Amino acid sequence: MHTRESLREGAVRIPSGCAIAGIMDRTGARHDGGDILRSIALMHDRGNGLGGGFAAYGIYPEYKDLYAFHVMYESQESRIETEAYLDTYFMCEKQERIPTEPVAAIKNPPDIWRYFAAPHPMRLNMSGLDESEYTMQHVFHINGKIDGAFVASSGKNMGAFKGVGYPEDIGEFYRIRDYDAWAWTAHGRFPTNTPGWWGGAHPFTLLNWSVVHNGEISSYDANRRYVEQFGYDCELQTDTEVIAYLFDLLARRHGFSQETAAHIMTASSWDEIDRMDPERAAYETALRIAYSSALVNGPFSVILGSDEGLLAINDRLKLRALMVGEKGPMTYLASEQAAIEVVCPDAENIRSIEGGVPFVVQLDEVAERKRRESAENRPAREKPCRHEVGVMPRKRKEA
Amino acid sequence: MTDGQTEGAQASVSLGTSHFREANERVRAALATADVVELRDVFAQRYLGCALPAGKRLEIRGVPGNDMACYLDGGSIEVFGNAQDQIGNTMNGGSVVIHGRCGDAAGYAMRGGRIFVRDGCGWRVGIHMKQFEDRCPAIVIGGDAGSFLGEYLAGGVIVLMGSPGEYLATGMHGGVIYLREPLDPDAVPEGLVLEPVDADDRTVLADLLGEYNDHFAADLGAPVDATGEGYWRLRPASSRPYAALYAS
Amino acid sequence: MVDYLLPRYKVLRDRDECTACGACVRACANGVHAIDEATGRLVADHAACVNCQRCVVMCPTAALAITRWPQVGAGSDNWTLEVMQDIAKQAQTGAVLLSSMGNPRDYPIYWDHLLLNASQVTNPSIDPLREPMETRVFLGSRPGMLKVNEREHAVLTPMPPQIRLDVPLMFSAMSFGSVSLNTQMALALAAKELGTYFNTGEGGLHRDLEPYADHAIVQVASGRFGVDPHYLNAGAAIEIKIGQGAKPGIGGHLPGEKINDEVSRTRMIPRGTDAISPAPHHDIYSIEDLRQLVFSLKEATLYRKPVAVKIAAVHNVAAIASGMARAGADIIVVDGFRGGTGAAPKRIRDNVGIPIELALAAVDQRLRDEGIRSTVSLVASGSIRSSADVVRAIALGADAVSIASAALIALGCHQCQDCSSGRCNWGIATQNPDLTKRLHPEAAAERVVNLVRGWTREVEEMMGGMGINAIDSLRGNRLMLRGIGLNDKELEILGVKYAGE
Repeated sequence: MHTRESLREGAVRIPSGCAIAGIMDRTGARHDGGDILRSIALMHDRGNGLGGGFAAYGIYPEYKDLYAFHVMYESQESRIETEAYLDTYFMCEKQERIPTEPVAAIKNPPDIWRYFAAPHPMRLNMSGLDESEYTMQHVFHINGKIDGAFVASSGKNMGAFKGVGYPEDIGEFYRIRDYDAWAWTAHGRFPTNTPGWWGGAHPFTLLNWSVVHNGEISSYDANRRYVEQFGYDCELQTDTEVIAYLFDLLARRHGFSQETAAHIMTASSWDEIDRMDPERAAYETALRIAYSSALVNGPFSVILGSDEGLLAINDRLKLRALMVGEKGPMTYLASEQAAIEVVCPDAENIRSIEGGVPFVVQLDEVAERKRRESAENRPAREKPCRHEVGVMPRKRKEA
Repeated sequence: MTDGQTEGAQASVSLGTSHFREANERVRAALATADVVELRDVFAQRYLGCALPAGKRLEIRGVPGNDMACYLDGGSIEVFGNAQDQIGNTMNGGSVVIHGRCGDAAGYAMRGGRIFVRDGCGWRVGIHMKQFEDRCPAIVIGGDAGSFLGEYLAGGVIVLMGSPGEYLATGMHGGVIYLREPLDPDAVPEGLVLEPVDADDRTVLADLLGEYNDHFAADLGAPVDATGEGYWRLRPASSRPYAALYAS
Repeated sequence: MVDYLLPRYKVLRDRDECTACGACVRACANGVHAIDEATGRLVADHAACVNCQRCVVMCPTAALAITRWPQVGAGSDNWTLEVMQDIAKQAQTGAVLLSSMGNPRDYPIYWDHLLLNASQVTNPSIDPLREPMETRVFLGSRPGMLKVNEREHAVLTPMPPQIRLDVPLMFSAMSFGSVSLNTQMALALAAKELGTYFNTGEGGLHRDLEPYADHAIVQVASGRFGVDPHYLNAGAAIEIKIGQGAKPGIGGHLPGEKINDEVSRTRMIPRGTDAISPAPHHDIYSIEDLRQLVFSLKEATLYRKPVAVKIAAVHNVAAIASGMARAGADIIVVDGFRGGTGAAPKRIRDNVGIPIELALAAVDQRLRDEGIRSTVSLVASGSIRSSADVVRAIALGADAVSIASAALIALGCHQCQDCSSGRCNWGIATQNPDLTKRLHPEAAAERVVNLVRGWTREVEEMMGGMGINAIDSLRGNRLMLRGIGLNDKELEILGVKYAGE
């Protein structure tokens, strides 16, 4: 009898339903992972045990200027290859296995390491890229080219902890109660098929972005083929991945505020635009025309995490549920209201996030800074040509 | 003089190596207040005089770029030097005077106005010129022409003082070409008729050659013979040269 | 010379039903039907019949039907009757065979090998009757990135000119001369009513159509007929026609007998002379020359009109389209080999060019590989037969499609492929006033409006089924397509998975 290898996520597209949650302290004060764990655990039945995970911001203050790579390995060889690669392009200050706890429900976990590293200064300089772009491209290289290795997160002073299992089990496995963060997001997944590997679990992260998402977007391939033009290779074939890339393109590369980026993805309807005054209508029309392929369609609710704070957005028709509640400097987001009240019984102003209207909560210091800044978007340094330019035809070189 | 300096209804603009888009904007701005604009230090800016309307005039010193006088709509352009390719493209009316030679495909599809070239011209000049009602375009070339002069000619007048190249007037189905040098009978393209000019032709020629002299006699030191005597007329035998080509 | 040609069609007349009313005689400009003076019965000249079916439709007692001439071939699948008839015709005339409308031959129709998706469980379908459904499309070039002031809601990047389509389709170019003014008028009225555009073709803009110029795309082709500054500035956009799917690589030739007073005035050429469009634009011998023409049109219109460039789908279409985008085209129009024509050499029509489905997929992918797809608009045409084809084309990567044959069929065209004769009994491809008056512009426009409204409703239904409520999200969304009956290479070029994958 031979066993059939299951298809891994990335080779196939797997629709998912989910539970999502987020907790943030605007002041930047840090809280352990207990609350987020309880909040997501309450929504157990929205997942099916085939994926869970957390993203946490502010967990590595001692290394806050270094990229914290969380990397999952399937084998010793993949780790050796990846570490050699990282050594070439980055200078690692510290590397260690991420501490984990045996949990009965968690089977066959990969070997999970973290590295605190800075881009190699000379190679960065020679690349002509800015630091983010440089790091992103090397993350893409590891995920796409090194067999058996996957970078689960690559931001600064943040990290993703995710795997195949219920989120409460994944949380125990990673001992997330031991981390202190000013913002937490969590995800409990209901994929239709087993994703087959841990990297496919959520949150999906890139640089400082993390995305947890509920729903299946029907515009997926239109969005994927749009961002792939700009060097975002959608290896995982998931909605979450493409949403993260859209945010990276719009907010980091094109320099829009996260709110405007989210607005572009859930653009005003033409009916609304037709009712606007001509100047506003021209603005909205220009955004829709230039970013037509960044419109995200179909049911989704998303919590975006970043070094600025959290952003929550629902699709234009509000086909998914997402609630928000507040208490003092704390903001709570969850797919279901009870998941807020279970951790904050006296939360105030509990309401649902409107369709197509981004909800933004920023660190106080970030909000203060933004108020002073110009309202013009500041694009990242002109992106370099993504096409390789050589001196000979590729075929002749390879032959 | 620089931009904005006007002298009565005149202005002068120096273009240098500025891009055509900027150059044309400055030219249009100058034309908004002046009827005559002199362009100096012109280096290859395209589309100068694009759609220039009647009553406006450009005087160009330097080398105007391709597509000068495209869609010319009654305005007048005089170049004190040579011109590049595709002057007078789809020109509707007006006048283009070149104190020198011009490049390929001058007067492509023009349906009105006149182009005077003091010296020779490039290949494919006067392709698909056409005439309609009172509009009858004319090109007068003082020197030799490249091949395919008057290809698909559908109307209008071409006057050539020098020699034509190969494939003269292939597909000509309207209009007339006046040649100062007779063609060898074997060289007359199929479907075309070469005849000596008559009195009506000489009237047309006297008008065009007279205007040629007005523009260039001083350059040349003497006027050319403007009587039209000795010219030959090339015309199509039919306005439907391809009527029997197809069967459905 | 003895004529070896056989009739192509046979007129079947049910003598029991025929009342000899003469409607068929009046219907046929080809003189097929006549009343026999001696017997008072109707007779038919079968050889003159082109199977336009006008008489069949007009016969009040349904006594008529047209059938293929019953002669069989000699049993060879190689030397078919049609092949031999063509040879006979050329042996007789020494002429180039001329025909009309799109490539009729049995090449694969890839539309019919692409199946559409619908939502089940994992995301909801949307009911377009009750939920918003957006079919509005803008065409033009756009910056890859916008600079804005978010607080003041102001756009800082200059936006290139755009045209707005309320439905994702337009009418392709058909010139006055090749079709009647009433046909153009019908399409102009329909375009205005529908919020889309008709295309003048290269025959100029007739003065009666000037009130609809806001809904006109004015074409500039190699003959430059009717092109002057007024014309260029009159329309909503300008289209440079490099080629057309039905006859890539060759020019046009409107015979002198179709150049009546009105056509003459609109094209600005003398009455009765042949209107010949050269094969190439003689100011475009290379891609950088295209840039020169694109910008000459932009200069002539002060950068206020989008400039489209239309090419026939040919072998190297992807690279050509990429070059067009780099040459400044705001809208790339690709016309597949099944696109129609008023007249084309039959051998060209039937043998040159490639299917629009493959061309469109290749162009869209190439523009993406080059990272420039989002800065330019892409329009596909060349036999879009139904709303499902519209959806497939957009999912493959088109911003919008253009239709012409389908619109003409709505007006009465029966695809008899005899447009070039000038005896169109439906009043479409003719300048004969007795025939053109058969096409009443308002009534004809209503048919076209009905067609497009029906298609649009169907497009909305299909989008809703996919869980998509804006056509932006359908564009290039190839996961909404699955191939059936295609080989690996075809799937690769189309960029779609096989059904079941």
